[in-house]
This record gives sequence, structure tokens and C-alpha cells, in this order.
Amino acid sequence: MNRREILQRTAAAGLLATPAAGLLAGCATSGGDDKGDSGAYKGTKSEQNPLGVKEDAPLEVVIFNGGFGEEYAKAHEAMYKEKYPKAKINHSATQEISKTLQPRFVDGTPPDVVNNSGAGQIDFNGLVSQNALADLGDLLAAPSLDIPGKTVKDTLLPGAVEVGSYDGKFLVMNYTYTVYGIWHSTKLFADRGWQYAKTWDEHIALCKQIKAAGIAPWTYAGIHPRYMSWPLISTAIKLGGPSVALAIDNLEPNAWKSDAMKSAADAWHQIVKDKYILEGSPGLDHKQSQTAWCQGKAAFISCGSWLESEQKDVTPAGFNMTVAPTPSLGSGDKLPFEAVRGTAGEPFMVPAKAKNVAGGLEYFRTMLSKKGAQDFTKKVASLTVVAGATEGVELPFGLNTVVKALEASGSNGFNWVYNNYYRKLERNLVDAACGEFFSGRIGPAEFLDQCQKGADSIAQDSSIKKYKRAA
Amino acid sequence: MRHGRYPLIVSFLLPPLVLYGVFVLSPYLQAFQISTTNWLGYSAQADPVGMANFRTLLHDGYVWNALTNNAVLLLVVPVLTIALGLFFATMLTMGGRKGQAGVTGVRGTAVYRLVYFFPQVLSVVIIALLWKEIYNPRSGLLNGALHALGLPTPAWLGDPRFAFWCVLAVMVWSNVGFYVVLFGAAMQAIPRDIYEAVMLDGASRAVMLRKITIPLLWDTIQVAWIYLAIAALDGFILVQLMTNGGPNFSSDVIGNRMYDTAFGSETKFGYASAIGVVMFFLTLSVAVLALRAARRDRIEYS
Repeated sequence: MNRREILQRTAAAGLLATPAAGLLAGCATSGGDDKGDSGAYKGTKSEQNPLGVKEDAPLEVVIFNGGFGEEYAKAHEAMYKEKYPKAKINHSATQEISKTLQPRFVDGTPPDVVNNSGAGQIDFNGLVSQNALADLGDLLAAPSLDIPGKTVKDTLLPGAVEVGSYDGKFLVMNYTYTVYGIWHSTKLFADRGWQYAKTWDEHIALCKQIKAAGIAPWTYAGIHPRYMSWPLISTAIKLGGPSVALAIDNLEPNAWKSDAMKSAADAWHQIVKDKYILEGSPGLDHKQSQTAWCQGKAAFISCGSWLESEQKDVTPAGFNMTVAPTPSLGSGDKLPFEAVRGTAGEPFMVPAKAKNVAGGLEYFRTMLSKKGAQDFTKKVASLTVVAGATEGVELPFGLNTVVKALEASGSNGFNWVYNNYYRKLERNLVDAACGEFFSGRIGPAEFLDQCQKGADSIAQDSSIKKYKRAA
Repeated sequence: MRHGRYPLIVSFLLPPLVLYGVFVLSPYLQAFQISTTNWLGYSAQADPVGMANFRTLLHDGYVWNALTNNAVLLLVVPVLTIALGLFFATMLTMGGRKGQAGVTGVRGTAVYRLVYFFPQVLSVVIIALLWKEIYNPRSGLLNGALHALGLPTPAWLGDPRFAFWCVLAVMVWSNVGFYVVLFGAAMQAIPRDIYEAVMLDGASRAVMLRKITIPLLWDTIQVAWIYLAIAALDGFILVQLMTNGGPNFSSDVIGNRMYDTAFGSETKFGYASAIGVVMFFLTLSVAVLALRAARRDRIEYS
């Protein structure tokens, strides 16, 4: 056999191998055809077992290993196991939810509980439009595990169900209750004799004073500038009322260019114009900017109430971080100064094709029990969506101010959900516009134009499913 | 012995070919197939949409923006890396002044060679994080030095004028070391007497580099060119970790666009595959063009 022959024969072998390989690898999109519910675990529903959990069915839980870690989940799993000792629980934690789980969704073998969070979060729009999520309606109707006489739904804070609902179906259980606001150090302000300003004019005057004292009034996560969209939109909603947010969420034409948004953008442009932002902020990521803030290099930062636990390691003792609502633009504001953006966050879901859907719902019921919620708050210093679960729990300083802000805000609280409906709009498009605006490269009009262009591109994209909310 | 050879060869060749088929060819073929669907990645449902994804792609400003950046990388990174690599390799092998007649490297050649190779040993992720800290506008090494010298201190990765070039610089930095070693090794293979002959003829070091070293190194440079061109079409890891394409998409590259479309802000796997297919053909054409453009007659020492 000469060299030529070998080459020919290997080529032939290669040709034969290819289709075989195709069979071996299968097709990425071919798995997971509906095989019916044959493989699903189902138990008998009873008063003790309202969700019909099969007591020996294994339960697989995947946790996002982020700011909250995974210990809290292990505690919840232990509680589940206490009730169903025969169930084997398979726990895992990762920071890369989408990359790890995408093949399993396609294959039709997803885990039973997924904490879909973090930078590697799977876009909910995609999940919902592909019917990949189980309806959690039964969970809401089930009685609470340890709050007698109430259904799970009755125990939740207002707004918790709405945030996780798509076209009226409750699909995503957001476990934490997050308050978004402007943070400052009580100690720094007390030392210097500063007072948090309630109106925008006073805020600007205070910024001037702070700058004169040699401290930058503001810093922000320049690499993730969307953090600054939160106070800006909040300012607009307090001026124009919740309809401002409704229009943005429903992708109404020119929602981003409403009068309220214009006034808010003009107001916030002041801190850019007057150079009230820590130099170099556009190049800092969230951790770097928050650390600069903790070191007292800047007075204000915009963040959600996870800030305290995220900064735990670098916050000096006695720093006493406090959250405050955005200042009012003027007496014409539709909402009072105390109104603050509060919303359920940290999403958990049960995939529609999970083997143990009932177990997943029961796991959520465990998390939403008073015991489960209190344990969570103790472990990670964050609020849950369970009303009154903080009773008798000693809260750290910052979280205490969060609770107070929520109480003061009461029924004036507001929220928006366009970031859940259209992840790309906030993460990419509004984010980029904020970067340009807060580094001073564009003015308020161009900023709103760029946001509106982003919203329009989503609205015109027929491959993205659209959602509307009524109020 | 003769008839025993055939089964032996087949048994050696078959496993790698099967592996190649399973893990290389079949994913490629699937990517081509997926790129003609509207698959959203989390269900088995994928409807064929023909060439619709490619039509959308033609009018996608973000994709074009990323491609433009890749084009700049393609023009700048290989030229800069090869130029620096050649320069350093020349200095290390024949830059020495000691004994005018001989051909030696500068003093401390061994140390330099080692130091230049350091970035090659680090994983790209480490390099990205390292430079992210160096570029930190507040506490980074770079601005620390600029501040000490009383120079302006830009926000680097936070400034669309600089972010892309900052990443490009890191790309060159992390590649140069390897090519210093590669070119250095190739230069060692050039017979010394050729250099001694041209030195006797009075050639300067620059002329030596231009007229002797580069022509004799041409094969190696060609290989370097293709590698670097392919690397320039990627650049994904550095961009994703250092800037994620920002600020305002100024440092975006096509690989990052593909990743973001599938795993980042959306789940459009069909569209992302279409971007992948475009990348595949671009890389292929660039490799072929680079090979063609660099083709010259091979020189053999006798």
C-alpha cells in the first residue's frame, strides 16, 4: 500500500465517520420532545400535602452563587428534608446559570428549582415565550406552611406577585424584597453636620457644600452605568406619577421622552455639569465604585438594598450606611418625598419540564414560610417578600434603614418591570445611554433620545415577545 | 509484515477521525443548520426561517460596529505584534555590541527571553483582570504613574475614546512574548556565516534585518501572521472581561456580539449562530488571504 492509497482510504473512513458522528452527537435542538408527563413525580394531594408532593421524589436545586452565597439555600433544603425525609436533595451552586443550564433545558431535563440570577441570568423573556416555566399559581393558593389561616399569597408583600407575572400568569417567584435608593454614610454626614436633602435644589446645594469640603458628592458604577438610571427614573415617577413607569414598561411611543422624564434628566444633568461626580467614576465597576464610596471618597451612591451585604468585607466599622429616597423635584410632585422604589427581586423558577414540579413548588412554600424567611434574613441580611418576617430578627444598620424607608413609603411605593420584560433594553441599551449621559458626553435630550431609540428597537423586533401590564 | 500494516493504520486513525467528526465537524454543521432557524435556545422548538437571520444581520448596526472593530484589530494587532516580536528577537539574538565581529544578543538575553514569555504562561482571564486593575482610573498603576508625573489621568476603560485601544494594547502585550521566542528560535537556525559575510561587506544592523533576517524568516512570519489574524477576529475573552464591549459599544467585537445574543441579554440562539457562521467564513477567508498574500518562494539552506 503506498502513501496515496492510505490517504484515499483515510478520507473514505472520514466520510464514513461523519454521519456516525452526527448520530452520536444528535442535534442540539432535537432533544426534549414532549414525552408527556410519564416521567414526572406526582403524589396525592391532601390537606397536609396541598401541592401533591411525592414524598420520596428527588429534588434538584440550582442556586446562583452570588452575593447571598449558598448557605441559606442549604438551610431551606434541610427544612424541606425535615418534612420529606425520604426525598434526596441534589444541591448545586454556580455563577453561570445560563451556560450551565441551557443544554438541560433543550434536552428536556432541567433541574426542579433554579435561582435564575446574576450576570449569567437567562433572559426571562426568552424563557416565558418558550413556555419553559411552570405556572406557580397552585403555590399562591396553597396554605402557608406556618402562618395559620393564610394562603401563601396572603403572606406576601404587595407587588411580589405582579413582578413575577407574565400575561397574568405567576411564573417567577422573586424571593427578596429590594429597595432602590440613594445611599450615604450616617457617620460621615453626622461628622460633617450635613443633612440629607429632600428637594432637588437642596440636594444640589448640599453637593456644592460636600465638594467644597474636598469630597466628591457622587460616584457610580461607570462600567454598569444603568445603576444611575434607577434614581433618574425614580425622580421622573415621583414627579409624574406611576403612569410614567407604566408607559415605559408597555413600550408606549415616546415613553422615555415624557415631560416627567425630561424634567428628571435635566435635573440629574446638573450633577454632571457641575462636576459633582468622583473623577474616574466612568472607569469603575460596581465593586470599585462602592468601595471608593465606603472609603469616604464620595458621599452618595445609587444602589439596591443588597449593597450592605455586598460591601460587608470593606465597610469600616461605624460607617452606618443609610438608604434614602430620591429628592423631590418640587411641590408639583405627584408622589411625596418618602415614596421609594421597592420590588421583589432574586428570581426563583420551576422549569415546566422539571421532573418534580410539585416538589419545586413545595420548596418555594418552605422558603416562603415564616421560618424559612426569617432564617434567610438572619443569614444574608436581606428582606424577603414574606410580610412581617423580620419580627424578632435583629437587623444590621443598613437593613434597618431599608425597613424604615419602606414603612415611610407605604402605599406610595412604585416600581417598573421593563428590565424583566426586556433584559436587553436595560442591560445593553439604556445602560449604554447612561454611560454617555453621566460621563457628560451627551446632554439630557440626546440621552432620552438614545433610550427611546433602544425602546423602539425592542418594540419593532417581532422576534421578541411583548408584555403589557395594566397598573 | 506488509499485510499487517493496514489494520494497524486504521485502528490508529479511526479514533481521532471519529472524535474530530463528533466534536468539530458535527457542531459546525449544526451551527449552519441552527443559523437558518429562529431557535430561542430553551425549548426544542426551532422553525426554519431560511436566510432571514442573515438579512437581519446585514442591517444590524451593532454587528457592523463590532465588525469594524475587528477589522481594526486585524490591521493593527498582527503588524504591531510581529514588528515588536521581530525587534525584540533581533535584539536578543544579534543586538549585542560585544565583539564587533561576532553575532551575539544584548546582555541579559536569557533573562529578557524569560520575562517576555511571562504573559504566555498566564491564562487570558488572569491577564484581563490584571490589566483591568492597571487601568483602574482611581487606584490603577497606570494612572498612579501619570498622576505622579502631573499628567492627565483618563478613565481608560470608561472612556469610549480609549477603551478599545486599551484592550488592543493588552492583546499585543500578551502575544508579543510568544513571537519573540518563535522568531528567536527561527533566527538561531539561520547560519551564522551568512551574517558574518554581510558584516564583512559592511552592512548595518538595519540592513541585515531587512535584507537577510526577514527574508530568511519569511515562513515563520507567515505562520505568525495567520495566527494573529485569527486571534484578531476573536478577541472575545479580553473584551468580555475588560469592557463587555462598552462604553456605548465602543470596544465591541463580533465574538462578544454572538455571546451576548445567545447567553447575555437575549436568548436568540438562531441569530447568534448566524453571527457565528459569518465569523466562520470571515476567519476562513482571512486565513486563506493571509496565506496567499504572504506566499513567496521557499529558501532552503544548502
